[in-house]
Amino acid sequence: MSLLTLSAASYGVRGKTLLNQASMTLRPGELTVAIGPNGAGKSTLLRLCCGELAPTGGRVLWDGADLASIPPWRLAAARAVLPQASSLGFPFTVAEVVRLGMETVGRKLPRAAATAIINASLASADVGHLTGRSYETLSGGERQRVHFARAVAQLAAGRAASGRDDLPQALFLDEPTASLDIHHQLLLIREARRLADSGVAVFAVLHDLSLASSCADAILLMRNGEIVAQGAPDMVLTPDWVRQVFGVETEVLQASGGGPAFAYRLP
Amino acid sequence: MQGSEAVAFRPGVMLLFVTLALLMAAVVVLSLGAGAVDISPRRVLAIFAAGLGLTDQTATPREALVLFDIRAPRTLLGLLAGAALAVSGALMQGLFRNPLADPSLVGVSSGSALAAAASIVVGDRLIAAFWPAGTTLPFAVLPAAAFLGGLITTTVLYVIATRQGRTSVTTMLLAGVALAALAGALTGLLVYVADDRQLRDLTFWSLGSLGGATWTKVAAVAPAVLLVIVAAPVLARGLNALLLGEAEAYHVGVAVQRLKRLAILLTALAVGVAVAACGAIGFVGIVVPHVIRLACGPDHRVLLPASALLGGSLLVGADVLARLLVSPSELPIGILTAAVGAPFFLWLLLRGGRGTFA
Repeated sequence: MSLLTLSAASYGVRGKTLLNQASMTLRPGELTVAIGPNGAGKSTLLRLCCGELAPTGGRVLWDGADLASIPPWRLAAARAVLPQASSLGFPFTVAEVVRLGMETVGRKLPRAAATAIINASLASADVGHLTGRSYETLSGGERQRVHFARAVAQLAAGRAASGRDDLPQALFLDEPTASLDIHHQLLLIREARRLADSGVAVFAVLHDLSLASSCADAILLMRNGEIVAQGAPDMVLTPDWVRQVFGVETEVLQASGGGPAFAYRLP
Repeated sequence: MQGSEAVAFRPGVMLLFVTLALLMAAVVVLSLGAGAVDISPRRVLAIFAAGLGLTDQTATPREALVLFDIRAPRTLLGLLAGAALAVSGALMQGLFRNPLADPSLVGVSSGSALAAAASIVVGDRLIAAFWPAGTTLPFAVLPAAAFLGGLITTTVLYVIATRQGRTSVTTMLLAGVALAALAGALTGLLVYVADDRQLRDLTFWSLGSLGGATWTKVAAVAPAVLLVIVAAPVLARGLNALLLGEAEAYHVGVAVQRLKRLAILLTALAVGVAVAACGAIGFVGIVVPHVIRLACGPDHRVLLPASALLGGSLLVGADVLARLLVSPSELPIGILTAAVGAPFFLWLLLRGGRGTFA
């Protein structure tokens, strides 16, 4: 069963094609990672998937229906997004920022249930100790984790509000690990993996091939606005493909007790 | 009130509203008593108690005239206009995601003032040309022009800044600066061609005043202001989410375009009505929401109603000062709000660094 389907979806602006005929499927329980050089169209693909952009060609279907036809408040119960960077120039506390994620979806939840969701989400992003802190005093990485908690809270609120624990949901993460330290990169990826295992369709844009291959069910390899390869990590993240797409030589090492690790050098 | 602070309002919200209500009551009593005919606060309370049949200290005819025909409408008009200005500021700051945004910043107030000035100068000439000598401009023309000016400016701004159904806040801010400059230049031109009497009217208008308040004016302004005060909190959750960004607000389930359209409409209505009621009074829209945010955070569910309360009190308080400082004459109220507001604005700028320049 597929939750989100792109069929030959394209997006162009001012005569420039940012995404060309992309076809892909997101399924509940699967973690899909998009990989590719800067400007390959990964973020455009993500923004098309979450309804922020409408395709200029092809179709984007959510659960069989045209994504653009779903009203934002209904879609929000079933899909959350962690953007690359968020700016927020107002003195919210960390808990309040997380609550913003439930502003529409969790509107009718009883206070106790909403509080429980917020606290669980804060803990899952390892920002529980920052609850009462002012958002404006946080570091870039801490802010990123708070927004991850916000997205997790939105999905939990969507399940609670719909009364369905099995509500098909999707989570989109645009370079979620960009400003995180190694420890928190691993924690965040573990949370994303745990969400996928609980039935959420997770889509992430990542740059770290080792991290991607350790967590992903499927990899989309992108270049010049096109998906050039997709499939299981060991099928796609090969030295051949990496050379073609990134122009670097790779050696795939087998780390003890972990997934494959990638060593790179310029040719 | 069970549960932690995580979802509830911040502690102190109840206290804030009680304080604001008490402040408003105090300011209203002061405003009813203060002026050329001095009536002590105790006497004001006694007269109102008598009205309710609690005491027998009824007002003298002179007191009754001053209280009910002059100061009561003036005070009410101040409450309404102050509330409208403060709420329009809070709405605009939410819309632009910038705590420095203000209706006067994006030219809405300038547009209103230009239309008002035009009605004074051009209206006068039209009347002189087409009507018999001695005819004066109907009273309603000026407020109506101010309101239309605000609405037209906001609409032009919105059309300029909107491409393919999306409003760019940056374009809107910059276009607002340009429109404000244009409106200012045109107003300057009107001042240049105005005669002495018109010049006095223009000065009065551009500095703002609550003088000349009547029950008719109050009745004309009240429905629009009450509509704004009641309707604005409906947008509160959406505006909260919008602070994250337009895309983010959409992600969490807000119909962003509709929200922005409603916020713009309410802002135009509030500014137009306030400028129509008492001229261009600046800085209420930036000072009041900021003070509320300092006290209880940026949650619009608290910010919008609390701003309405404090805005009303602030304007009426400023009006009391305007009457007392140079009694029996009075200062234009806009001078007072600018004297307090402009340094406050500079302080906000200098303190900076909190995303206010983003």
